[in-house]
Order: sequence, then structure tokens, then C-alpha cells
Amino acid sequence: MVSRELTGDDGRDGPGAGPGPGPAESGTEGGLDGEVFVRWLRLAADEVERAADRLTELDSAIGDADHGGNMRRGFQAVREGLAEDGPRSPGAVLTTAGRTLVSTVGGASGPLYGTLLRRAGKALGDAERVPGAELARALRAGVDAVAQLGGAAPGDKTMLDALVPAVDALEKSGGTDFGAARTAAEEGAAATEPLRARKGRASYLGERSIGHRDPGATSSALLIAALDRAVYGDTEGDD
Amino acid sequence: MAGSTSGETAGASGRVGVVLVSHSAQVADSVAALAAALAGVPDAPVVGAGGLPDGELGTSADLITEAAHRVDGGAGVALLVDLGSAVLTVKALLAEGDELPEPARLVNAPLVEGAIAAVVAAAGGGDLDAVAAAAEEAYDYRKV
Repeated sequence: MVSRELTGDDGRDGPGAGPGPGPAESGTEGGLDGEVFVRWLRLAADEVERAADRLTELDSAIGDADHGGNMRRGFQAVREGLAEDGPRSPGAVLTTAGRTLVSTVGGASGPLYGTLLRRAGKALGDAERVPGAELARALRAGVDAVAQLGGAAPGDKTMLDALVPAVDALEKSGGTDFGAARTAAEEGAAATEPLRARKGRASYLGERSIGHRDPGATSSALLIAALDRAVYGDTEGDD
Repeated sequence: MAGSTSGETAGASGRVGVVLVSHSAQVADSVAALAAALAGVPDAPVVGAGGLPDGELGTSADLITEAAHRVDGGAGVALLVDLGSAVLTVKALLAEGDELPEPARLVNAPLVEGAIAAVVAAAGGGDLDAVAAAAEEAYDYRKV
């Protein structure tokens, strides 16, 4: 109901037309349109590309040294999928990307990130614009689904250690402060270093998993950073 | 699609299909061959879905989906998995709702012993509950 109302009826503009306020100003006020979500995923693909070697390096310490390559493959496929199709609703952008990740990543991060995006996308429905508060709720649904799928909780040294604080921060600000979400995710990822892994291959290492930053929490922080950039109007290639 | 061709053959069988998911194609296919041999029928309803399409180690949602449709005989599909991304990928596919044949079930069982039990049960005409129960019982086979 709320989203319908805020969707209003000014969504008749073509894909490229942008008569309203610039993205930076629109921030979250008029709601986020599909373009913001497309931009988010493109920026995420950029971030993943840039960080792929580092992700693999982190993963070689406590995992099976494939996180960078897997994420790169998945997000490249997402990028290609976005290029093929025309503009879509925020929910559709996320569900499609989630499905792509499930089928292309090849490691545990595929179903996990795929579930995050798909579940969030489903929660957004087919609204053309979504208010920030609604995105926060959708991300919460996505993060809850990830926790359920992996049977993990914050503190287990997983991607949840970045995602949960990020969504907490976003919710606390009523869906307006994406910078706070980004900071919370980055701090959460850094805070996985002294933790002992309780899920996945790293958990077999027991004590020896301590002292290494979790690769999944690190890539999750990249995803949230990309969201922050997308909402505030950053475009691909900017650095 | 690969699924439709052999799906016709299997479709006539009315038996439960078994899909074995491993990070390794060799593991999945070898365990499938082992279970099929022990089932003692020429066309045991079991297929492996191991590794990535390019042969690398990993889990491929596409290979799993394709294998499930290929082995589906109209009586349901039981999926047995090794660990990590294999578990998560099958769970994610099940949550999706429209990717796998209906009904499809992730069975809580050890891969090798569970596969043998499941395939023997499926080849003998057991329904999905019976196949799943046989596979799950494999956890109780004490070795010492």
C-alpha cells in the first residue's frame, strides 16, 4: 500500500528520461527506481572485479581459494544479464540477478547471495519505485533468508557479520542513511578477523581460522558499498 | 533439452529418480555407477551432477536441474549431496519452487552409503518417502 502510494503515477518517463531531481538529491525521498538497482549491481560487479584477487587471497587462508573467481564469474553474468534487458522494476532487477548468481557462481556464495537478492526482490514486489525504508525491510527479509539457508548467525564468521549490521544501520535511519550501512558492513567485515569460523570449510580449521578476515563478509561489505554509491548517484567507472 | 529426451524413457518407469550432487564430477558419476551396479538392474534411476560445466570442482545449479529432469520418472526426485555449496545450492533451488521436477526432496544422508540405499529402494519401486527413508537410515550403519 505504502509503496503504491509513493510510486505515484509519474513513472511514465522513458528509460533514459530523467526530468526529476538528480539521483543524489532524490536519494531515497521519491523512492528508488529500477535504474538505481541496475546501477547498484553494475557497481557491485566493478567492486568484485577490482577486489577479486584479494577475495581469493583471503579465501586461500581459510577457504578453498575460489571466492574471488566465483564472485567475478557470477557478477559478470549479472552484468551481462542487465545489459540484455530493458529497464525493469527494482524487484525484478534483484530477483533476476539473484537467479543468475545461483546458477553461475559455482560455490556457496552463489546460493547465498542469490537468495539474498531474490528474497529481497520478491519482498519489493513489482513497484516501480521503492522508498528506502521499504528497501531496508526487503534487505532484512533477504538477510534472514540467508541466515536460514546457511544455518548461521552473526558471530559465526560469515557474510552475516557484515550484512546484519548494515541492515540494522539502514533500518535505524528509516532507510535513509546508506553511508551508515556501508560503514557498519565494513566494520563488521573487519571484526570477523578475531572470530573463530563456525560454518563452511573454514570451520574445520577450528582455532586456526582465527586471525583471518572472512572472505564472505568482505565481499558483502563490497556489495553494501556499491549500494551506497548507487543510491547517491555514482556511476560505473567512477573511482 | 537433454532432460526431455531421456525423460521420456524414465517417464515410463514411474520410479523415483536419484540425483547425486558432489563438488567433483568424478565422485558423483562414480558413486552413481557404484549404486547402479549394486541395484542390480540395467537401468537404475540414478544420475550424477558433479562439478561445474567446464569440469572444474564446484556446484552447478544448471547441471543439477538438468540431471533432475533427466532422471525424473514422474514419481519424484531424491537429491543426495556432499557438502557446503552442494547443500546450499539444492536448498536454494528447492526454495525457488519452479526449477526442479515435482516433488523433489533434499535427503539428509551420507553420499556414498545413502546413494546405494536410495538407488536400491528406487529401483525396487519404492516411493519418494521410502527412498528418502532408506537413504537416511544409512546414517545408522555402524562400522565399528
